[in-house]
Amino acid sequence: MLKKVKDCPYILPETFSSALISLLTELLCKTPVNRLRNLECLKMQAFFRGTSFDSLILQKTPVKVILELRTHPDWPAKALRGLSLDIFDDFDCDKIFHSPSTPTELSPTLATMDLATEQTTGQCDSNQRLQDNQSGWTHQSPTLSEAQKRELHETALRIVSPGKGILAADESVGSMAKRLAQVGVENTEENRRQYRQILFSADDRVSGCIGGIIFFHETLYQNSDTGIPFVKMIRTGGILVGIKVDKGVVPLAGTFGETTTQGLDGLSDRCAQYKKDGAVFAKWRCVLKVSETNPSTLAITENANVLARYSSICQQHGIVPIIEPEILPDGDHDLKRSQYITEKVLTAVYKAMSDHHVYLEGTLLKPNMVTSGHSCSTKYGPEEVAMATVTALRRTVPPAVTGVAFLSGGQSEEEATVHLNAINNCPLAKPWILSFSFGRALQASALRAWRGHKENEKVATEQFIKKAEANSLASQGKYTGGDNNYTDAGQRSYGSSHAY
Amino acid sequence: MTHQYPALTTEQKKELQEIAERITAPGKGILAADESTGSMGKRLNPIGVENTEENRRRYRQLLFTADQRIDSCIGGVIFFHETLYQNTDDGTNFSQLIKDRGIVVGIKVDKGVVPLAGTDGETTTQGLDGLSERCAQYKKDGADFAKWRSVLKISENTPSELAIMENANVLARYASICQQNGIVPIVEPEILPDGEHDLKRCQYVSEKVLAAVYKALSDHHVYLEGTLLKPNMVTPGHSCPTKVSHEEIAMATVTALRRTVPPAVTGVTFLSGGQSEEDASINLNAINNCPLAKPWALTFSYGRALQASALNAWRGELSNEKAATEEFITRAEANSKAALGKYQSSGSGTAAGKSLYVENHAY
Repeated sequence: MLKKVKDCPYILPETFSSALISLLTELLCKTPVNRLRNLECLKMQAFFRGTSFDSLILQKTPVKVILELRTHPDWPAKALRGLSLDIFDDFDCDKIFHSPSTPTELSPTLATMDLATEQTTGQCDSNQRLQDNQSGWTHQSPTLSEAQKRELHETALRIVSPGKGILAADESVGSMAKRLAQVGVENTEENRRQYRQILFSADDRVSGCIGGIIFFHETLYQNSDTGIPFVKMIRTGGILVGIKVDKGVVPLAGTFGETTTQGLDGLSDRCAQYKKDGAVFAKWRCVLKVSETNPSTLAITENANVLARYSSICQQHGIVPIIEPEILPDGDHDLKRSQYITEKVLTAVYKAMSDHHVYLEGTLLKPNMVTSGHSCSTKYGPEEVAMATVTALRRTVPPAVTGVAFLSGGQSEEEATVHLNAINNCPLAKPWILSFSFGRALQASALRAWRGHKENEKVATEQFIKKAEANSLASQGKYTGGDNNYTDAGQRSYGSSHAY
Repeated sequence: MTHQYPALTTEQKKELQEIAERITAPGKGILAADESTGSMGKRLNPIGVENTEENRRRYRQLLFTADQRIDSCIGGVIFFHETLYQNTDDGTNFSQLIKDRGIVVGIKVDKGVVPLAGTDGETTTQGLDGLSERCAQYKKDGADFAKWRSVLKISENTPSELAIMENANVLARYASICQQNGIVPIVEPEILPDGEHDLKRCQYVSEKVLAAVYKALSDHHVYLEGTLLKPNMVTPGHSCPTKVSHEEIAMATVTALRRTVPPAVTGVTFLSGGQSEEDASINLNAINNCPLAKPWALTFSYGRALQASALNAWRGELSNEKAATEEFITRAEANSKAALGKYQSSGSGTAAGKSLYVENHAY
């Protein structure tokens, strides 16, 4: 009998929530010193999240009343009437819970259990209290553990390690239709598979050029002709797998043709699944347009906010978020206007990141380069584009951001490479890696060479490898192809282009 | 807001940026000699000196007449209004004296803190009224930069969102007005070290405050290259039981800055906020030796940490003036080295310093 009491075996029904299970496990811990007994640790329990600890009610009022109060919050006075308070007259909640003894370590079960995402392992430190809504946010609630931060930071560094950039192969089915139509290929799942295979079977010349590849959902689960999963092929080559997670743009009512991006619903679960399936980074694209009235303040704040939510969720699952606030080049605005708008947009993005407690070292930015609008009558040289771009970034992107991987946004392959090269040769101090995340600018030639014919596959792959190598050089400022040579005379022409 | 209405011409921007660069040129920092009359009382009383205008003049004189050794250490001096119009014994205007030495003249322009109703003892800073006219006048009288101090406190409930937002906003208004008048604004959002919070909490609060400051500066179209930041270093609160090393302070400080301060900001000139002279130098040195990428100048804007020994040596005596000036020169040279990461404090060995950073990386 004594043994039964001492062993105290118990089973927690599966119907209990994980938060309740962890709370009970803590309370029923056999080792007294590890048992949950301190108010601060109690408050930290996921079970109590959102509850305010009103000591007055806690020490004087029986459970029944508390339950009543929950359903009828306007009844506090009525609830206290008729209660005999003598039983707990000398029961001082505060005195017991705020004893001078320091809180002990969390019990091992709590430390190792995979709880609600905000929990960290480690000591119940009085500085790591849950947020109390009334006092604002002045205390930091643990978002990520040190190990999680380290993992995110290292992943980001690997994707953009020197000379490496990203192949954006995440065109949706709709986008692929446009690409394939241009080369007379039918937009079938098999054709999409064959096309991606051309890119993914590039030899190891690309392992020094490509740090990561962004996949579309369908592609993540496709295989090569020989039955090898694409994900495995890529990872064997030392390249990291990324996944596009947004669900496209939707209109913002009351604006002039502006949009936000959807995809947050169930994103947490999707990220967890993608992580299991081999993805270590993700991409989410927001779109802003320049016109007489755009981008509006609403569009900027809404897109910045949704990017921050997405980032926050990704990081909880060990996935590095690539943040893409694309400002379209459509329009006749000049370079200065583009720079101004880019600065405003990026400032809003990083304020939102801060508000949402995103760990910047574990993120990458995928911005547009600063260029004039497509219909702008003035033409600008690569140094001017580089100056404007780097200046805009210097005014808005904190150095903690690991890397900036530019989108090509409709530039030709050569233009994109030349611009990237000029950016890396810009004489202003640039504390982040400046690399590429190109879609069309890496694939256009390969696509044209292929045209859907099996016999063209090798040639097509070669085209892709060439572009990868060119952009690898450009990301180090060493690209010498094209019309402009930046290795010597380039420096002088930057000065006159200084973008105030 | 989609169109830019230029706040400054290219020439104005160029001038502001060059002033900021001169103040924070390699090895140079700022002497904060802008103690208000009230603050000077707190400095002079402990050394038995009466807080008169003449005594304040004599005291500032012994700082400003230091020999050429400080020319490579001091890039700028912040004046209090009264001092800008005082002269040396032989009739040379202080502002002119400083300017002729190639040191940039600065002026404190805020009018002190005032309470924010509905908060737990929090404040904002006043001084915006007529600021534009005052700046224009100060520019004529030789000033090329200004300083404005906002104050935040860490406690159970503070800093509140209101305090952060309000102080960030008022700093941005001040900065905008200064730049219109060719004056480089030093932006000072000081988070007081009072309290028992630990290093991590100070870092967290510093990051939130600075993020708000730079959002406000962007909203107010402030030209970042033509500004300087004067933040607190990230340290545990004064009553925090845990002691930390200089490298931990450096890591936490640099990490906080890296997460919030855009590279376009020309320089960061730390306040000493009650640290001892030696600690302020050692910490600045550790900051400059921190192995993370730091794209802004990291130097000093010290008041007490440059003047404490000088004050003690002076004690109001004419015969002590030379000795007092020597004390100031010693600290100026020490901090100049610290701003280059080359300060060797007599007590500690700096050789081992670098390796301590890795373990204490401030996530």
